[in-house]
Amino acid sequence: MIALQDRKLALWYIGVAYIAFLIGTLMGLLQVFIRNDKLQLPAWLDYYQILTAHGVLLALIYTTFFIFAFFVTGMSKSLGTFGPKVRLVSWIGFWVTLIGTVLATAMIVAGEASVLYTFYAPLKASGWYYVGLALFVVGTWISSFALIGHYRVWRKNNKGELSPLFAFMTITTIVLWLIACLGVVATVLFQYIPWAFGWTDTINVELSRSLFWYFGHPLVYFWLLPAYIAWYVIVPKILGVKVFSDSLARLAFVLFILFSIPVGFHHQLTEPGISNFWKFLQVVLTFMVIIPSLMTAFTMFANFEISGRKKGATGLFGWFKKLPWKDVRFTSIFIAMAFFIPGGAGGIINASFQLNEVVHNTLWIVGHFHITVGTPVAMTFMGLTFWLIPYLTGRKFTKSMQILAFVQIITWSIGMLLMSTAQHILGLLGAPRRTAFSNYNNHPSALEWFDGILTSHVTMAVGGSILFLSAMILIYIVVMSMFLSPKALKVEDQVEFPMAESDKSHTPKWLENWWIWIGIAFALIIIAYAIPLSSMIMHAPPGSEGFKTW
Amino acid sequence: MHFHKFEKIWLVFGIISLIVFLSIVGVTAFSHDHHPAGGMDTIDPKKVDQTAPFDNPGVTQIDDDTYQVAIVASAFSYAPLELRVPAGKEILFKVTSKDVVHSFTIDDTKVNMMVVPGQITTRAYTFDKPGKYLILCNEYCGTGHHFMFTEIEVY
Amino acid sequence: MSKNNEHDGMDLRGTLASVMVVGVIIVVMWVVVYMMYMGR
Repeated sequence: MIALQDRKLALWYIGVAYIAFLIGTLMGLLQVFIRNDKLQLPAWLDYYQILTAHGVLLALIYTTFFIFAFFVTGMSKSLGTFGPKVRLVSWIGFWVTLIGTVLATAMIVAGEASVLYTFYAPLKASGWYYVGLALFVVGTWISSFALIGHYRVWRKNNKGELSPLFAFMTITTIVLWLIACLGVVATVLFQYIPWAFGWTDTINVELSRSLFWYFGHPLVYFWLLPAYIAWYVIVPKILGVKVFSDSLARLAFVLFILFSIPVGFHHQLTEPGISNFWKFLQVVLTFMVIIPSLMTAFTMFANFEISGRKKGATGLFGWFKKLPWKDVRFTSIFIAMAFFIPGGAGGIINASFQLNEVVHNTLWIVGHFHITVGTPVAMTFMGLTFWLIPYLTGRKFTKSMQILAFVQIITWSIGMLLMSTAQHILGLLGAPRRTAFSNYNNHPSALEWFDGILTSHVTMAVGGSILFLSAMILIYIVVMSMFLSPKALKVEDQVEFPMAESDKSHTPKWLENWWIWIGIAFALIIIAYAIPLSSMIMHAPPGSEGFKTW
Repeated sequence: MHFHKFEKIWLVFGIISLIVFLSIVGVTAFSHDHHPAGGMDTIDPKKVDQTAPFDNPGVTQIDDDTYQVAIVASAFSYAPLELRVPAGKEILFKVTSKDVVHSFTIDDTKVNMMVVPGQITTRAYTFDKPGKYLILCNEYCGTGHHFMFTEIEVY
Repeated sequence: MSKNNEHDGMDLRGTLASVMVVGVIIVVMWVVVYMMYMGR
């Protein structure tokens, strides 16, 4: 087991993550009922306020805090206990991130920031909302630097050696995050904050959108890569096999540093101010970032097949039956992976230049991120939560908890399947996203959208309710494993941190030469962004004043 | 670094598929004008009402086969209120915003345009079938976002 | 780096078949939306 002080840090991160999860999922439940016209909010509460809270708390706060809990635990386990400096800086990072979170959330609750988590200008929230977001990012940077410091100590003590796979992947994710945040920090610090506090009168809207999406797409990879770490490093251990290929795993992660950033324009394909050439160039780069996910798909199935054949499976698909289905740590992540198949395929469609016109800002997109971040990522995190908290608290993961965990992941899967399928189809039909209940004055096309069995508001509401039930079961499991489950006094009751062996003997050393990858990443960013961004600044129209339209 | 033979087959298949996708959208976009909405023209968002063509929004016939439709979006409506265009003719939509970001999205068509203050979004589209098409805003713009819609009549 | 490695001789037919199923799902979904786009 890792050192007590490191466990405490990780547990605080998890604690905040699940408080955000609790509130965020409750907001989700309210939304499906408002859209169903079955719920009227009191006058002091607005649909878009709830929607903002749902997005910020789940997509940003839950994910980030959980990711750092996972990283802290895994880095302590794979590289050794944190030194006093690393620990101090980590705690500073934690508190700054938390203060930012609380400040931003308070502004949302106060109704001063119903701008959704994309906060597109010239919607103008309270300046303190942007300060909260900035503190949040700076806090994660401080925590990131602490982990990098810990990694550098290890490298110094193990000269010439490749780092353990978990540490390598953690650092990759952090490098990606640091580079990605430059965009959002630039726009929040130099555009939004001066404008929101009245120091400047106007804002360059198109520039702010582009800087946001420079950050916004790698943000989704910041969610996905920790899930991939679990898929590459944790799952093989549960299956009883080694990491399939250490070098290919590292190569896949390095490709994410290169290609997940210079691609933000694929979120802006239907807007003015960016010429078709630059949009299409970033579409091509977006397609490059699909390749490491294709490699990942192969590795996952290879793990399954090798494990199954080791247990005596024969034939083409015999291994499937030999997978450890009764182990909720595995089954949860398997379902998460399965959801990522249509999720990833949908993402390719979204990025396919003009095809984006069919789906842009429709409910399809909502369905899309619920079967990417909302299930593949979130359910992987759930699958980790089941053993990570008991591992950190030294409590048992009891039989009854395991059964509940199964109920939880199965309800989440059913709820998500219903809701996201409905959303995907509705989006293709044309129903918009981010809207409260509206039948568009009973326009026949709008009524037609919601006429199907799968595409009715009822299906979405049933799905949403099942999801909320599932979320509450998870909260119960979290509280039990944090505070109430019996202590694991005997060795055989103790929960392990499953980390698979990885054979580094064939892995080339240059894969861990960060300067190569950071250098290429910046070169690609400059190619993709320098000219269009500078033309946005040089040919900028008169800026926009702020509006509070809520 | 070594790829299993089957992984090579898979990656070649995957990468070729991606290249095919890109070629289809790229060729049709740049040689058949199937690119998404866009445009590089700018405008002073505070002077929309004084700037042509938005000082007189609506339908204008440019030549026998082309019509221009100028639209001003603002929270939470579109100007003008009435829109009538012929089927089978190329309609050039030009849209801008007086306040926040909106969209101009015509149901059951390829017209799905982001409307950004300071910029003019353009999109050409030819309606095949006459009828009344729903137009709505699909970018969050405030409390009344879900009541921001209108209709276009194609004759 | 030695040429022989841990993957030689592994039976991964099931893996190839599985990823190909994934590939077909990707292609079919893409083509469906492409057809919808062209139809609009």
